[in-house]
Order: sequence, then C-alpha cells, then structure tokens
Amino acid sequence: MTDLKELNIELNPLPGAIPATFALVNDETLLTTCRTCQENGGRLVAIWATDACYQTSKVRFTLHVALAFSQGLVCLFHPILNNPPSCPDLGDIFLPARRMQRALFDMMGIHFTAHDKRPWLRHGAWPETLFPLRKDADQTLCYPNEHEPYPFIEVTGEGVHEIAVGPVHAGIIEPGHFRFQVVGEKILRLEERLGYTHKGIEKRFESMKWAEGVKLAGRISGDSAAAYSWAYAMAVESLYGHTAPIRSLWLRALALERERIANHLGDLGALGNDGGLAFGLSQFSRIKEDWIRTNDLIFGHRYLMDFIIPGGVTHDVTHLQTIQIQHEVQVIRKEVRNLKRIYDEHAGLQDRFLMTGRIPPKLATELGMIGLAGRSSGVAFDLRTQFPCAPYDTLNINMITHHNGDVAARVIVRFEEIFESLRLIELILAKLPLGGVQSDLPETSSNSIGLGWVEGWRGEIFFAIHTDNSKKPFRIHVHDPSWQNWPAIEYAAMGNMVADFPLINKSFNLSYSGHDL
Amino acid sequence: MTIPYGFIFQFIQLIMALVLSPMFLGWINQCRCWLQNRKGPGVFQPYRQLVKLFYKDAVLAENASPLFRMTPYFLFACMCLAGTIVPVLATNLPFASVADVIVLVGIFALARVFLALAAMDIGTAFGNLGARREMMIGFLAEPALLMVLFTLAFISHSTNLTTIVDTLSHTRFIIYPSMAFAMAAYLMVLLAENSRIPVDNPSTHLELTMIHEAMMLEYSARHLALLEWASSIKLYDYFVIGFALFVPWGIASGSHLSSMLLAFLALFIKLAVAGFGLALIEALSAKMRIFRVPEFLGTAFMLAVLGTLTHFLLEA
Repeated sequence: MTDLKELNIELNPLPGAIPATFALVNDETLLTTCRTCQENGGRLVAIWATDACYQTSKVRFTLHVALAFSQGLVCLFHPILNNPPSCPDLGDIFLPARRMQRALFDMMGIHFTAHDKRPWLRHGAWPETLFPLRKDADQTLCYPNEHEPYPFIEVTGEGVHEIAVGPVHAGIIEPGHFRFQVVGEKILRLEERLGYTHKGIEKRFESMKWAEGVKLAGRISGDSAAAYSWAYAMAVESLYGHTAPIRSLWLRALALERERIANHLGDLGALGNDGGLAFGLSQFSRIKEDWIRTNDLIFGHRYLMDFIIPGGVTHDVTHLQTIQIQHEVQVIRKEVRNLKRIYDEHAGLQDRFLMTGRIPPKLATELGMIGLAGRSSGVAFDLRTQFPCAPYDTLNINMITHHNGDVAARVIVRFEEIFESLRLIELILAKLPLGGVQSDLPETSSNSIGLGWVEGWRGEIFFAIHTDNSKKPFRIHVHDPSWQNWPAIEYAAMGNMVADFPLINKSFNLSYSGHDL
Repeated sequence: MTIPYGFIFQFIQLIMALVLSPMFLGWINQCRCWLQNRKGPGVFQPYRQLVKLFYKDAVLAENASPLFRMTPYFLFACMCLAGTIVPVLATNLPFASVADVIVLVGIFALARVFLALAAMDIGTAFGNLGARREMMIGFLAEPALLMVLFTLAFISHSTNLTTIVDTLSHTRFIIYPSMAFAMAAYLMVLLAENSRIPVDNPSTHLELTMIHEAMMLEYSARHLALLEWASSIKLYDYFVIGFALFVPWGIASGSHLSSMLLAFLALFIKLAVAGFGLALIEALSAKMRIFRVPEFLGTAFMLAVLGTLTHFLLEA
C-alpha cells in the first residue's frame, strides 16, 4: 500500500474519532489521487459539493471527494473555478461515482464530463435549471410536476422484451423502478431508476440545530437509526473537537450491534419467505419482535431512534437491564442456531439460494461494493476492524467474509454476523466502563468541517458537516452505503431468471430512502 | 311419483362445491398458520374476503375487451360444472354420464385458456408473464393428469368417473400397485395446477415470482371475487376427484338418505385430513425455481406412465 506522502498533495489532519486528513487539489491532482487510491485497493466513500454563494470566499463551488485509503480517510477539496461549474469525470475510476455525479448535477448544478447526462434524483418535480442545494435557490416556489422522458437502455433482438416493475409494487415496500430486458424468463439486462423518495433531507438539515438534526438523521433510513444518529453525532463532535464520555460510546456500540442483529433477523426471515418457506418468516419475525421489544424497554424506542445524541446518549442502562440483555442474548443465540440448521439443511431453500444473483469477488471490487453485500463477495471492508474507533478498538472483532457472492453467501454472512454481534454484546456488557453518559458541546466549534463514519448493518454510513461558525450547519452531506451497492444489483440479476429477482433484491436489502434523501 | 334423487344429489353437490370450497381453503390456510406457530384468521376468512370484494366497485382497464370481463363468469361456471359432475356424495348422478374424465380435463384446460387470454388482454407485463408461465405448467401437467386418469380407466374399463368409483369402492376391492404411482403423480399435478407451494406461492406479494396471482392482478371487486372463488372451487374439485379416484369409500351408490349422510361425513373427514396434509407439504417445502417445474411435472408424467405399465404387468 502506498504511503500517503507519495500522493504529492499537502495533507492536513482532521480531528475526530476516525483517522482523517484533507487536502486541496486541482483537476490534475484530483484525478491522480483518485487513480492511486483505486489502484491500491482504496475506495470511494462519497462525493459532494458546497456552495459558498453568500460567504466571503472567492470561489463559489467546491467539490469534495472522500476516499478511503488503508491509512484512513482522505478528503479532497477541489475548488471549482470555471463557470458554469464543471469537474472532471471520476466515473471511469470509481464506478459508483457515476450516479453520485448525476445526483450532484441535479442538486447542485455541477457538470461532470461524463457521458450519461440523464437526471438521477430529479424526476421532473422542479425544472432543469433549478438546483435545490444551491444557496440562492428559491425554496418557496412550487413547480408543477412535469413528466420528462427517461430513456432506458434497450436490448433488441428476436424474442427480447421489456418488463417494467414499480415504482408502485404489489407488496408494501419502498418505491423504485426496475426495467428488465428479458428473453423468456432470462434477464438480459436490468436498469434501476431511483429517486422516488427524494425528500430534500440535506437541505432540511441546514436549518436545524444539532439537537433537532440528530433526530432527523435517525429517521433518514429507519432501519439504521442508531448508525445514522451515531454518524451524525460523531460528525458534530469532530466539528467541536469534542469527545463524548467513554461509557456513552460503549452504549452506542451496544445500540449499533442490537440494530445489526434486529435487521439481520428480519432479513433472514424475509429471505426464507421469498424462497417460499413462510415458516422462516414467522419464526424470525417472532425473535425480532422480542428483540425490538427489549429495545423499547431499555432504549425507549423499538428502532433505537433518538438514543444517540451529540455529546453522548440520552440515558444510561442500569445493571439490571444489562443482566436482562445478557439473558436474552443466550436465548436468541440458541434459537438462531436452531433456525440456521433448518435453513442449512433445507434442500429446497438452498437450491433457491445457491448460485442465485452471484457477484464474484473480482467484479465486486471493480464495482466498488462495500458493507454486508461487499463482504459476501470477498470485499473485506468493515470500519469496525479497519478504522476502529472506541469502543471497537478494544473488542477484537472477527470480520465475516465469504467468497461466493451469491444469495446463499449473503445469508451465511448474516447468520455469522448475528453470532459475532451477540458475542460483542456480551463483551460490551462485561467491560462496560463506568461514568456519565452525557456531556455538553463546547461553545464554539473549532473546525469548519466534521466527519462521521460508522459501520451500520448495511455498510458504512458517512456524514460530512460544514459550518460557517454560526452554530448551525452550512451544508450537510449524508451518504448511505446503498449508493455503492445499488449498481451491483444490476449485475447480480444479469443472466438470472425474472422470478429470482425479488430474492436477489432482498438479499441485498438496500435503502431507497437513504439513497434518495 | 318417484323422487328424482339423482337430480337432488347433483344439485346438492353443486351447492356443496360453492359453499364448502372457501371453507376448505380457509381450513388449509388455518393449518398453515398453525404449522408456522401463528394463530390464523379462522376457517371463515375466505368468505369475509369474498363478501368484501363483492361490495367493492369494479375497476376495469380502459382497453379491457369483453373477453376480459367475461372470463371470471366463464371460469366460475367451468369450475362449478366440474364440481357437479364429479361423484362427491353419490354415484347415481344423471348428468355424470355426459362428461367423462377426458371431458373433465378439457373443462379445466378451457378455463385455463380463457384465464391466460384474459391476462394477456390488458397488455401488462405481469399478465403476460403469468399467462406464459401458466401455459408452460398447463402443457406439462395435462398429459400427466390424463395418464393418471387412464390408469384408473384401465382398471375399471371405463372413462366414466361414476363407473370408476363404483368399480373401486363397491364391486371388487383389491390393492392395485399401479394406484400408488398414479396417486403420487396426481398429487404432484394437483400442487402444480392449483398454484400451491412448491410450484407457485398463493400468498406471495412479489409480482415477479407470481404465476396464478399475476394473471389476476388487473382484476378487482366482483371479478376478482369470482376468480378467487373459482380458484377455491378448483382446488376443491381436484381434491374430490382425487377422493373419487383413490379413496372412494363412503360415496353412496344407492339413494338412501342414511348412506347420503354417511357420504357427507366421509367427505368432511377426507377434506379435513387432506387439507391438513396439503398444508403440511406447503409448510415443509420451499418454492422451487421456475425452471425446476418442468422436471417436477416430468416426474409426475413418468410416475403416471409407470402406473399404467404396472397395471399391464401386474394387474391385467
């Protein structure tokens, strides 16, 4: 792995729980740094931009690119000097950048020299010339919803036809459109169209104080409330150069691992159900329900919302409650073990899982996959082991990976992560340090940018908060791991049968809301 | 004046098909719930569903043709007809002689063609998808079903269902090895034809995996109610045909009221046991990949052929 010094850019450290540096770059050094990152097994974390319209700075737009090197996070700040603002295309270096760039144009009006100029998050709800995240965009105006054509890439040939699915589905799930090009039952090509749940969260954040903002953060993607609110709190704390009390950090980890287990339980049940084994759904749903009821008792919310706040957590966990959790962990471990045996030995179910929706490790690396889906395809990234912040630095986590990259692998990784997280919960409870769980943030922030980076159950969630020293955010960027993994589903479905797609999609279980923001 | 018992029996059978079939479906669903450690909505849930649908206003696609509107009624009529001519309670049915087992298979095929055409009528992707899959299952299941029926027809030297039932239950009772093969094949066909797990999942909400449900996605209100009712009658039909072929004991041959009551009781027990059996199969198996269905039905056909061969080798 390269030394960061060889990058020929001036790196300045950023304070906070994660090892991060930033550097100013121009067109050329931006591309070379990205290429070096890609060639050395690094990955793209997020792309965003800021608008300094009403600031004193000379440059209006700045592009920000967060890259993960093995030494830590490197944030590249690229001031955009030309007008209209444009940047070099990063999509050939990092495949996930393509959609992020399209979204960035829709939101901020920054052009990229990429080939695909179709809108991504804009669905005709506002005109092409309006960029909502710009500071001078008039938020009070309403626009009629215009229908704009969106050309999907078509496959032609004898017997090839199109199946359009969604955004309204037969079941109660989030909206997304899937365009299949099929011949008979075989999928030749799948193209996704997302953005149906765009709510303007990033813009909303700008008018919220920290205490309100963390509540919104926990509601971006309801299944990752703890991870999102921790990432937000981490970003705010790094903005103030503040460290939350140690006990609160351990309690945050406890909440995060409980969230991971709850989601894995739910997904395993749903995967069994999609395979036609309704028994799996009813069993896993029961276990999950017990689990989140305990969440409600101990953390005050079934989905752990509003527990983590900047500066700590809202309330402590009593000794009696830790005993209750320890007991529950033992019960659940036994039950999940039994269910794992049933899943493993069920020939019909395994026949559905094995070799379905396969993404081999090489392709997964090319696609820049991360998180649970990445680990199931041999992409060994887990922030809890790669850049462990407290308390993960003392917990010795075993990262679970698998090399098959099919639905079965994603099922196995989920099972193993449940057992690992149960072990972690026991460790956390055994080693839980004493002390307070809340602290006040300092009066003034010491930095103009704060970063938060947390391994949620789906993958790494990233927050970047910019301030202009007015105790309010100036720009907040949120990044869900689904950005990296949504394009992978298009590849996973290729060559499979149409009827297997719901199973493949469920095995990824990506967030629509976290992606569309 | 002699009382036309035959006509009364036939009429009662029609009423039973109409009334019992939703309850039978409810019983299967209830058993499925129990087997999954759930409480379940009770055996009367399908009736509530039907009532609810009949009260709703029907929504039709703009480009729906008369065929699309006609299909639910046609399908309903086909299934009722099938339920009437199968000897469920008694064998002295005056209309049974007009339709033998081959006609019965034809009635089911006719209903299938109409439903598939109606599904393609609107032109949505899912309707086409479902219709295509249904036809694939149909063309594989029909030969297997016919071979099963032929095996039984060889034993009783008639393709008439009442004769088959009379032969098997009253005149000469022997254990026929060929029946074991035929029964296994029939069960597989039953699962496939009635969109049950492992071939199709009747309770799925995933439109891309549906077969039977995909064909009904464009229907609403009374049309949907009739189609759902027709599906439950079809399931009931398949079961009573199965009883007539393989466990005909209890079906009345005479016109006594007492034997009639006995037949009714026997049917009730058979349905209860068989419904639980179906729920058990469904609870224990996963839905198979759609390309495994040809293998599955190929096996059914092979078993049916084996049944026929066994008959000629061992029983003729």
